[in-house]
Amino acid sequence: MSGPSKYEPKSAIERWLDTRLPIIRFSADLMDFPTPRNLNYWYTFGGILAFCLAVQIVTGIVLAMHYDPSGAGAFNSVAQHIMRDVNYGWLIRGLHANGASMFFLAVYLHILRGIYYGSYKAPREVLWLLGCVIYLLMMMTAFMGYVLPWGQMSFWGAKVITNLLGAFPIVGGPITTLLWGGYSVDSPTLNRFFSLHYLLPFVIAAVVALHIWALHVPGNSNPTGVEVKSKSDTLSFHPYYTVKDGFAISVFLILFAVFVFYLPDAFVKADNNIAANPLVTPAHIVPEWYLLPFYAILRAIPDKLTGVIALAGAIAVLFALPWLDHSKVRSMRYRPTARIYFFIWIFACLILGWCGGQEPNDAIIKGVAGPTLVDYDINSVTWLSRIAAIYYFVYFGAITPLLGLFEKTLPVPDSLYTPVLSHPAATPAGAVAAPETKG
Amino acid sequence: MVRAVSIRAKVSLTVADSLTQDASDHGPADPGRRDFINILAVAATVGGVAAVAWPLIDQMNPAADTLALASIEYDLSKVALGQEVTIAWRKQPVFIRHRTPKEIAEAVADDHAPMKDPATDASRTKPGHEQWLIVLASCTHLGCVPTFAQGEYGGWLCPCHGSVYDTAARIRKGPAPKNLYLPDYAFLSDTKVKIG
Repeated sequence: MSGPSKYEPKSAIERWLDTRLPIIRFSADLMDFPTPRNLNYWYTFGGILAFCLAVQIVTGIVLAMHYDPSGAGAFNSVAQHIMRDVNYGWLIRGLHANGASMFFLAVYLHILRGIYYGSYKAPREVLWLLGCVIYLLMMMTAFMGYVLPWGQMSFWGAKVITNLLGAFPIVGGPITTLLWGGYSVDSPTLNRFFSLHYLLPFVIAAVVALHIWALHVPGNSNPTGVEVKSKSDTLSFHPYYTVKDGFAISVFLILFAVFVFYLPDAFVKADNNIAANPLVTPAHIVPEWYLLPFYAILRAIPDKLTGVIALAGAIAVLFALPWLDHSKVRSMRYRPTARIYFFIWIFACLILGWCGGQEPNDAIIKGVAGPTLVDYDINSVTWLSRIAAIYYFVYFGAITPLLGLFEKTLPVPDSLYTPVLSHPAATPAGAVAAPETKG
Repeated sequence: MVRAVSIRAKVSLTVADSLTQDASDHGPADPGRRDFINILAVAATVGGVAAVAWPLIDQMNPAADTLALASIEYDLSKVALGQEVTIAWRKQPVFIRHRTPKEIAEAVADDHAPMKDPATDASRTKPGHEQWLIVLASCTHLGCVPTFAQGEYGGWLCPCHGSVYDTAARIRKGPAPKNLYLPDYAFLSDTKVKIG
């Protein structure tokens, strides 16, 4: 897709370097990369995510300079030292802690865009799989980062999540002990989580490099789902998409700044401002918002091992998506039926997220008691989670494969260029048709 | 007969080949010898990697000083009838509950009720000390500390995922698979217990 390199070394030193380490050629080719001309703002989240990763790594390295990863000192080094005493510590931690939420917000929109426009379909399966790996690594990193302030939610979050592995017969117990380094979550656990929390972002960065490599082999997908057919379908990545991504990052930064400066504790549970106490579990423990849907799936199932398998399955099914969807049409723009089920699926995820934040026995309609079925009142958060979880899996396991066989799709345009030209906004046709030729 | 002779001839030839190969690098390649070297190299590498990997994995297991926190003693006279204390043993919470006769009666009455992890009340305590229920205070689901006097069986309710335990700390409802675990303990006297 990228074609032969157009870079020509301009000076003697560039020529000298080009025959030894063609790094300038590599960068120039990246900037020149032919990108479909019809990418909309949903396609800017890749750039936003790269920005988020950079923010987390930079702020994280700085925080590590002031953090004490011991069970005795961790809580005070964050709550007292970093937040009150270190110059601008409050700002750097605010960026890092809220940055995690921003990162997940962006990654969810990026994933939803991928599903809506069928970006995972051939020949981009490996690109999609690498994205799923990044998402998995992000969850692990975020979980271990959440443990580091060593407050009550940190401690009990660590306990609950590490105990998930204990559900597996035979190997579960030894693996949990291996993670804890003791009889329970304790100072050794915190130490190793700190070490791994520092390591994993660099692993993520490496997989991101592979993700971009896998992107640059077939090139970007686009909202029509029609492959690029000629040079006139594309624009050079720079300046067209550097500017578009840059604008999107600026808008995203406004939202980020609102949280950092005006709502810095919006995502912090009050209990996490109490130092970790292994003898008392907070009355209401919930994970961070971005893990709530999975937490609701876990709780919906009355058996421990099955619950853990369902939790893992909810993530694993994303990896299988390229092979579950057989539709010849890539973009849901031309798949009206698939679109409806997809939006219901988003709604089910939001329901699961809401359920994950409630108590399992809470009534949906207050003051009404229904019959009890499989341990829970049918008018309870648990049953709502069960219904939403069933839809979650049915969507991937049955609806998606069946739609590929039976769906009546809309006609797909001949080229990604056609809808651009026929769009009402394209009236001064010459101006829009070939912007790259206008000096 | 002729065939057997020819095979023997071939074998001796092979041995001769491999002997001469030591002296000369340009001798005919012997597949058997090559395979042997390959297997040896791979086996040595796998063995070496495993030998290095094990210390790297095992270092994550509890260290000797962590394991040294073995046993504690507790004076039960501090726990009044109907009261419960939570103490730390090996950094894990342990409930010591002074059960009322009513609670014991309820637990015994349910001995043969359908349960996920069936156990009689007697098997949950020491003979002659039925009023003392000593259990690890970690929900067998995901390790939270359950709260007493909640849930429909008069025992504990886990705040995390809603597991309900009865007055003998047996699992009665919810996702937990097992009753609350019993630590190893012994009564040193009527008012003194040694855990661990």
